[in-house]
Amino acid sequence: MKGNEAAVRGAIAAQCRAFFGYPITPQNEVPEYMSKYMPEAGGVFIQAESEVAAINMVYGAACAGVRAMTSSSSPGVSLKMEGISYIAGAQLPCVVMNVQRGGPGLGNIAPSQSDYFQAVKGGGHGDYKLLTVAPWSVPEMFHLTALAFDLADKYRNPAMVLSDAIIGQMLEPVELPEEIDVNIPEKPWATNGAKGRERNFITSLYIVAEDLEEINHQIQAKYAAACRDEVRWEEYQTDDADIVLVAYGSTARICRTTMNLARAKGLKVGLFRPISLFPFPANQLAALARSGKRFLVAELSAGQMVEDVRLAVNGAAQVDFYGRLGGMTMTPPEVLEQVEKLMARTVYPGFTQAVVDSRLVDGNGSTGPSATDSVRINTLGATSEAGGGSDAAGL
Amino acid sequence: MQQVFSRPKALADVGMAYCSGCTHGILHRLVAEVIDELELLERTICVCPVGCSVFMYEYMNCDSIEAAHGRAPAVATGVKRVLPGRVVFTYQGDGDLAAIGAAEIVHAAARGENISVIFINNTTYGMTGGQMAPTTIPGQETTTTPGGRNVATAGNPIRVCELLSSLDGVAYLERTTVTSPKGVVNTKRAIKKAFTMQLQGKGFSLVEVLSTCPTQWGMTPLDAMKHVDNVMVPYYPLGEYSRKE
Repeated sequence: MKGNEAAVRGAIAAQCRAFFGYPITPQNEVPEYMSKYMPEAGGVFIQAESEVAAINMVYGAACAGVRAMTSSSSPGVSLKMEGISYIAGAQLPCVVMNVQRGGPGLGNIAPSQSDYFQAVKGGGHGDYKLLTVAPWSVPEMFHLTALAFDLADKYRNPAMVLSDAIIGQMLEPVELPEEIDVNIPEKPWATNGAKGRERNFITSLYIVAEDLEEINHQIQAKYAAACRDEVRWEEYQTDDADIVLVAYGSTARICRTTMNLARAKGLKVGLFRPISLFPFPANQLAALARSGKRFLVAELSAGQMVEDVRLAVNGAAQVDFYGRLGGMTMTPPEVLEQVEKLMARTVYPGFTQAVVDSRLVDGNGSTGPSATDSVRINTLGATSEAGGGSDAAGL
Repeated sequence: MQQVFSRPKALADVGMAYCSGCTHGILHRLVAEVIDELELLERTICVCPVGCSVFMYEYMNCDSIEAAHGRAPAVATGVKRVLPGRVVFTYQGDGDLAAIGAAEIVHAAARGENISVIFINNTTYGMTGGQMAPTTIPGQETTTTPGGRNVATAGNPIRVCELLSSLDGVAYLERTTVTSPKGVVNTKRAIKKAFTMQLQGKGFSLVEVLSTCPTQWGMTPLDAMKHVDNVMVPYYPLGEYSRKE
């Protein structure tokens, strides 16, 4: 089945009983399948008048104590950001899926990973984060969507399934489990009628700054707990690797093939795949950095997750980047070419590359950095200072 | 001694932060009386707006949800659809309902969502300092229409009941005032009718109450009441606008 259908089935298996959506390519199969399966499961489906209304219907259903979800693609997810911020502020659980497409603006309907920042850094206003998971296969669209509901309930915070047009539209065999473990906690805070108890109210409004600071501390404490308990990742052949590819979602699938191609040529290449993007597997990457690995981060973006990789290794390893933009995808040989170029380059231990280059520049070529250039770049540590002859030319 | 008047159970025993002459207090009480009389306190969910009544959840003893500006009908939809046995109402001002939330109210009405809406129309943004609202009357001075609302540049007001009356999902629409005891009694009847329609599963109901904002209008409470009767009622005629029974 398609990734989008698997996500729907995962949500229903996780006892999601309310879906509110709006049509946008490439996620249309989600509301379409939801309109069929959700009523069969005894749940509520509404095609809302807008993305804004859809996320606010999710807010209402979440207030009532029901597992609720919406899905969209990049421009639509931007519209939902107001509601997502309110849901995070009111400390409610819900699941939002983003089947990412090319941006910015209307962009196109081709696969992209350029909404990483929006997903893992907040996206809407205020200090909040989305518990974000990134499926790389159709089976994971099922399982990680189901997991997202447990995460959302456990932390009373919106969870994001960050997919893309490849994973959403791809057909793969999926073994659907008869039933899955579902952990739905009691929800004594729900506004479902004040019968036999004091009235509940749900709000993100705290007009007294001291009160709001306290709420923010509560929210941040949840994120600290999630960073301790909810980090998920996968490693392939990183033990003996000289270069570790770091990629998530569809790009990780591509990079796994790159890794196999490289190994066939005798190149020691591994793959590190973050599954949870927030919390990010920073400690695991830092450990690899301390063991002397170099990293090549590959994304369908101008370089977003690479910033988290650089923060994770904190200067302990060289981190390079390769990205395709605007809905273009990369092929395994294309990534391999970048690996081979990287291997031919001089390594300067202890320095991360300070320039975010959307395409690697050949280290031996005329536009590549000389030893002096590289040291200068890393010492000054700013793109604007990198100047001619550095990777900044690639921008 | 027989007690003939007391605080409704649905109304919290706290002071309200509204200005003198503001009609929010009257309307909160009327809603609370209706909840009491229909014995709905244990199964009513109030969806509060952004505006002066943003703290309505502090004043009501029923379960309440604070919605984003304009989104109350969508939030109420989410609650009502998953809890069809509960009574769900929104309480929204004119900026909330007819400007930033215009899409949400129109589509909740078009879907025939079985919710009730108490719509407070005082022709201005009270909380933010008296700016032009979608219902500001032509010529009315506000902080963003300093020479009076010029429809050539600032557009025309929206008559919400008339607008929604074309929609098949609507069960009940009525416009009232609370400028006199007669108006108060009539408004309570309308609110009770809206809640009753919801209990009967009839669909979307809305009561628009022409209300005062003496502070932002720069009037005394008494003059504000007269302004409603003399200026607003001619522009926003009172009465029922429902198309179907």
